[in-house]
Amino acid sequence: MSATEVLQSGAGCTSQQLFDCRDAYIRVLEEMAADDPRVCAVANDSVSSAKLKGFRAKFPDRFVNVGIAEQNMVGVGAGLANGGMIPYVCAAACFLTARAMEQVKVDLAYSKSNVKLCGMSPGMAYGQLGSTHHSIEDLAWTRVLPDLAVVVPADPLETAAAMRYSRLHEGPMYLRISRMPVPRVHGDGYEFKLGKAVLLRQGSDVTLMATGVLVSRALQAAFALAARGISARVLNVSTIKPLDEEAILDAARATRGIVTAEEAFARGGLGGAVAELLVQKHPVPMRILGVPDSFPPTGSAEFLMEHLGLSAAGIENAALDLLKDKR
Amino acid sequence: MTKSLNGVGMDQDSPGKLKQEANWIRLSAMTMTHNAQLGHTGGDLSSADILAVLYFGGVLRVDPSQPNWPQRDRFVLSKGHCSGAFYSALAARGFFPPAQLKTHMEPLSMLNGHPDRNKLPGVEANTGPLGHGLPIAVGAALAARMRKESWRVFVLTGDGELQEGSNWEAAMTAQHYGLDNLTVIVDRNRIQQGDFTENTIRMEPLAARWSAFGFAVDEVDGHDSAGLLDRFSHLPIQPGKPSCIIANTVKGKGFSLAENQPAWHHGVPDDEQLAAAAVELGVEVGW
Repeated sequence: MSATEVLQSGAGCTSQQLFDCRDAYIRVLEEMAADDPRVCAVANDSVSSAKLKGFRAKFPDRFVNVGIAEQNMVGVGAGLANGGMIPYVCAAACFLTARAMEQVKVDLAYSKSNVKLCGMSPGMAYGQLGSTHHSIEDLAWTRVLPDLAVVVPADPLETAAAMRYSRLHEGPMYLRISRMPVPRVHGDGYEFKLGKAVLLRQGSDVTLMATGVLVSRALQAAFALAARGISARVLNVSTIKPLDEEAILDAARATRGIVTAEEAFARGGLGGAVAELLVQKHPVPMRILGVPDSFPPTGSAEFLMEHLGLSAAGIENAALDLLKDKR
Repeated sequence: MTKSLNGVGMDQDSPGKLKQEANWIRLSAMTMTHNAQLGHTGGDLSSADILAVLYFGGVLRVDPSQPNWPQRDRFVLSKGHCSGAFYSALAARGFFPPAQLKTHMEPLSMLNGHPDRNKLPGVEANTGPLGHGLPIAVGAALAARMRKESWRVFVLTGDGELQEGSNWEAAMTAQHYGLDNLTVIVDRNRIQQGDFTENTIRMEPLAARWSAFGFAVDEVDGHDSAGLLDRFSHLPIQPGKPSCIIANTVKGKGFSLAENQPAWHHGVPDDEQLAAAAVELGVEVGW
């Protein structure tokens, strides 16, 4: 198979079919609510975008719609947790984080409130709607907050597993739930472990570290690189915080460099977190793929991902460029 | 001044005793501010009678021996900068030893300049940035309802604080859900950091605003212990509606030099002023 054919084949993924991770999120949220009377949901009119219509119908007494009021929404979540509930605060990631950032900092992280934030349709999923509706700053904003776990599932299996884990985790979490279609990259029976990166493919020349919707693209890039005789390790860094320092340092020691890829600004997110670690403990050549330091142009999510090189080909090219680096 | 408790709740102190307890809270808070050379004297003094009635008038069903008792009433100090008065009330009520007030704002103290619930028993919410307390209180009131439990939620806000829009977002939620287990108390001292509220951003007609947002509203003299006790003992004001009590207060109340003076929002008493305050308030700190 040529590199191009590999890129088009969905190689390395465990399904050809593509999924909206919100379906896994809401299925598990409803399952947990059925099992645990403490589980409740808080929305900001986001009944459709957060797929909460079924939850509202099944658990009307445990569904709070505060209307279009994000600061209040996050504060209400903190109060529900104070009262012994386990609130899932579900809203478009762009508004949930940006509009309510002080509440996320003070009412959740600083207070160690047992609230789960579900940031829906993050990244550039709202494509043509523009930068107002993109959430590509959220990883930088959230990952600096102590005590707030930041998780970006890569596929429906990981979304479901991370949701199940979140109910048992005592403390605040930010879960970034994508609507952008993705294949499965994990096998059945996948278990989520907070703070553990998932080794999806072993390799010795270069490491591709991706998060969220970039993980399947990184796997495809690894197959394309294999066709060129290059052995690429692939790590799914689904927990941005706390970072799996051991897996990242292992990769830095075992391969010649690291390419990170995320659907977020290239500054301050996964790439920044990896660079902060490596520059202090084991510097290696890096390429950080993400949205460059300008607001993206108009275009669909798919167009923007390709346009900005957040694609299998983009990751492959970054790896090739890195391996040319003689340092 | 630490109270003994029989299970939950406590004996209801007389209005005269409550006034004395409020004055102790005042002098304690001023002493803390004097020691730290930091604090918010004006608001500490305006809120002291409200805090005394809540904690010593038998209003709040709390138990210092089990501060996280699930059935406790929740009190959220939204005006978190008035930690001097709040910490003094908590210590007097027995949540921690009054001697710990000496550590206020000292390095590594549990008594941060603004309250931290993970450091100090009796604190329900980390506040300081304004406009956070009411949304949290609304969430807690919703939790009580979801759990079909009878505990109640009280939140004390400043008046200038109500310029933060998040309060009105939360007010809309409270009225929509008919949270009559929620009581908002506004410390209406009419002064914010930089000036009088009405010279900054007019708050009047404040009662009409709360009423328009669906609250049952009453106005009381925030320094009349008997009146406060009577009002707090008959809640909700109207079944099916959240309650709002506008407590008309004097910023700096009890220390005449500071009364109604914007400069005393975060004024710090010197040695002589603290001694004068002790005489005027007629109490001894004792810690």
